[in-house]
Amino acid sequence: MTLAAASHGFLSPTGVEIAFLLVGLVTFGAAVLTVTTRQLVHAALWLVVALGGLAVEYLLLTAEFIAWVQVLIYVGAVVVLLLFGLMLTRAPVGRSPDADSGNRWAALTVAAASAAALVWVVVDAFRATWIDLDGPAAGSTAVTGASLFQNWVLPFEALSVLLLAALVGAIVLSRRAKAERTAGPPAAGPPAAHGADKGGVR
Amino acid sequence: MHLAYPAVLSALLFCTGLYGVLARRNAILVLMSVELMLNAVNLNLVAFDVWLSKAAEETLHSGQALTLFTIAVAAAEIGIGLAIVLAVHRNRGTSDIDRLRDTAEGREPDGPDTDTLATGAAGEKAEATA
Repeated sequence: MTLAAASHGFLSPTGVEIAFLLVGLVTFGAAVLTVTTRQLVHAALWLVVALGGLAVEYLLLTAEFIAWVQVLIYVGAVVVLLLFGLMLTRAPVGRSPDADSGNRWAALTVAAASAAALVWVVVDAFRATWIDLDGPAAGSTAVTGASLFQNWVLPFEALSVLLLAALVGAIVLSRRAKAERTAGPPAAGPPAAHGADKGGVR
Repeated sequence: MHLAYPAVLSALLFCTGLYGVLARRNAILVLMSVELMLNAVNLNLVAFDVWLSKAAEETLHSGQALTLFTIAVAAAEIGIGLAIVLAVHRNRGTSDIDRLRDTAEGREPDGPDTDTLATGAAGEKAEATA
């Protein structure tokens, strides 16, 4: 990446590129910590850092509307949902030794191989391509709104129906489980399950 | 800005999420990794949309529209996914993916894992098989 930038020396790394690189390093580090930490709540909090860093990257790419949507939906809603999910499944607060499964080395091999292949292909394909960030912003709210409501109205409405269906589905899934639990015999709580969880690690 | 910067960052984030999906055991951590993969795709879409809107006089802004759609679909996905994980946790007492092997091939239905499960889950399973 830096070699490709250096070979095109007529454009030395600009301030935007340096800022993008630094925020990208923070984002990537937070993502790696998200998938490797053994404390489940910390994984959700590192996910906040990674998603917030991506919002800053969107701002650096002059896509401001996407950036604020990212902050609102991902950092605001999705992470809160994930934290509630961790709380409701009684995730252990401290370090849990069985957070990673036994095939983590195979997973690491697959991820490293695909990362090498993707980075090589992408750098090889776009080594001489530059994004022109000057002029009017390509992703301001006016531009995004105009394109969204001129050209993309029908998918937009279909998406609202999809969200409604997903909401109803989530309510149905949660309600039936609760009705079964109250109707059936009082099941042994998840703490007992958790004790068995510690004992019977495969 | 060089286009390789956002492209490489999104490739690396995607592979990080791929590792998380393959290596994690808790279902909610797998959902977090899926979110990372979706965000990598979003970064790619935004970067190429910004590039094409200047380079190719492309005015539909399909990349940004698709990014918004991806974000909405991801929100729907995380809602449904968490509802499913909570339902599984209520019925089985665990959200460990390695234990949810009822439909796995080449394995007896009542392995030694069933004994180590919670009494509530075992009772539920016995109730289902009876």
